[in-house]
Amino acid sequence: MSSTEPSELRHTALDALHRSLGATMTDFAGWDMPLRYGSERDEHIAVRTKAGLFDLSHMGEITVTGAGAAALLNHALVGNIASVGVGRARYTMICRADGGILDDLIVYRLAETEYMVVANASNAQVVLDALVERSAGFDAEVRDDRDAYALIAVQGPESPGILKSLTDADLDGLKYYAGLPGTVAGVPALIARTGYTGEDGFELFVRPEHAVELWQALTKAGEGVGLVPCGLSCRDTLRLEAGMPLYGHELTTSLTPFDAGLGRVVKFEKEGDFVGREALAEAAARAEQNPPRVLVGLVAEGRRVPRAGYAVVAGGEVIGEVTSGAPSPTLGKPIAMAYVDAAHAAPGTEGVGVDIRGSHEPYEVVALPFYKRQK
Amino acid sequence: MSNPQQLRYSKEHEWLSAAEDGVSTVGITEFAANALGDVVYAQLPEVGSTVTAGETCGELESTKSVSDLYSPVTGEVTEINEDVVNDPSLVNSAPFEGGWLFKVRVAEEPADLLSADEYTAQNAG
Repeated sequence: MSSTEPSELRHTALDALHRSLGATMTDFAGWDMPLRYGSERDEHIAVRTKAGLFDLSHMGEITVTGAGAAALLNHALVGNIASVGVGRARYTMICRADGGILDDLIVYRLAETEYMVVANASNAQVVLDALVERSAGFDAEVRDDRDAYALIAVQGPESPGILKSLTDADLDGLKYYAGLPGTVAGVPALIARTGYTGEDGFELFVRPEHAVELWQALTKAGEGVGLVPCGLSCRDTLRLEAGMPLYGHELTTSLTPFDAGLGRVVKFEKEGDFVGREALAEAAARAEQNPPRVLVGLVAEGRRVPRAGYAVVAGGEVIGEVTSGAPSPTLGKPIAMAYVDAAHAAPGTEGVGVDIRGSHEPYEVVALPFYKRQK
Repeated sequence: MSNPQQLRYSKEHEWLSAAEDGVSTVGITEFAANALGDVVYAQLPEVGSTVTAGETCGELESTKSVSDLYSPVTGEVTEINEDVVNDPSLVNSAPFEGGWLFKVRVAEEPADLLSADEYTAQNAG
C-alpha cells in the first residue's frame, strides 16, 4: 500500500463517485485511482463477456494545432502522423535521439490542423516537454490539455449497445482506431473506438464538469446488460491477456521499438527527418541480423504467479526477465510477458521456467497474445 | 465488516480461535483479505511443521501482489485447509469460516494478541 499522503495525490472529477461505490483506491502515477470496486476477477470477466466502465482521467492529453502540426508530429514521433486521416487515430511512439522509447501514444487527428496526443499518466510531462522542445521552428502550438478532459471508457461486447442508447452518433460507421465528436447523454464528447482491453469498446473524452453526469448515464444504460465499474487492476490483466505492452514494463527508455518487437510503428519511409531516425535504423539492422531478447508469452503449469523482474531460467541459466505477470482470469492460469534470449523464444521451447522466489516453476513459451476476441 | 468477538487477532491481521483440545484454527481477517484482493494461490505450512509466533509460515498470492503469512502463535501444524489450497478464493468469500488456513497445536501464545474490539480499533487508526 502507498505511504503517500492523500493530499499529495491528484483526484479525477469522478473521485467522490468512486468512494461512494466503495472503490479501493491506489496511487497510480501521482493520481488517486480506483484499483477495484469489488473482485478484480469479476470485473475482468465482465469486460470479456458483458461490459465494464473505467475512469481513465489520469491519461495525459496534449493538443497540437497549427498549419505545421502534422509536420511537427512527423518530426517528433516515429510514426507517419501526417498520413492519419481526419477522424482516425494511430498507435505510435515517441523516442529519444538514441532510439530509446520515451512513451507509447495514441494520436487522434481531430481536424486537418488539430491533433490530440494521449500519453501515459506517468510520462505525460516528459512527452509534453519533448513536444514543446521539438516544436521549435514548426508553425504549430503544443498545448497541455491534461486538465481539459476527463476520460471514461466503456469496454466489452455490450458496449456498442450501451452507447447507442445514449447517442445519435454513427457508431456502426466508427471503426477501430477512429474518433468523432458527438453528444453522449446530452454531453459533448469525443467518441473514440479505442481501448486497452482486447475487447470492442469506446473511450469518451469529455469536459471534467460533465464526467459525473456521463458516468451515471452509462451506468444506468448498462444496468440491464451487466455493465460494472472496473478498476485499474483488471485493466492490467485485460491488457496483459491481449498482449498489449505497458510503459515501464515492456517498454522503457533502454529499449527501442525494435527491441520490443514493435518495429512496425517506426516509419522510415515518411517525409523528412525525425528524432531517433539514425539510431532506430541501426536498431532495425541489429534486430534483423542478431536478434536481441524477444518478447514472449509464458503460461504457468502451476499456480504461482510470476511478477515483473523475476528471472526466466532454462537449464539453470538465466535466459530472460519477466516484465508483467498475473493470474489470467480467462485462461485460469498465471501468465506473463517476458524478454527471453532468442534461442529460447520459439513457442513450445522445452525446459523454460520462472524463478519464483527461489523455486524454478515450469512455464510454457507461447506466442502473444494470450487472448484474441472472436469478431 | 465486523470481526467475530470469539476470536483473537494479531497485528499482522491473522485471527486465532479459542483452543479446543489444545488446537486452534488460524486464518486471515476480512480486512486483510480485502486489502489483498482476489487470492489466487495459498502456500500453507506443512502438517507436522512447527510455526513460530510472529514469523512467516507461508504466503498468500493475489492478483497484484504476494504477501507473507505470519503465524499468530507458536506450535505444531496439525491440519491445513485443503479446500483453500484448491480454491484460494475462499479466503475472500469466507475469511472467518470456510477460508480458514491451518490448525495448530498451541505451544506458546504471545501476550500481545488483540481482542476483536482492539483489532477493529487498530484498523480504524
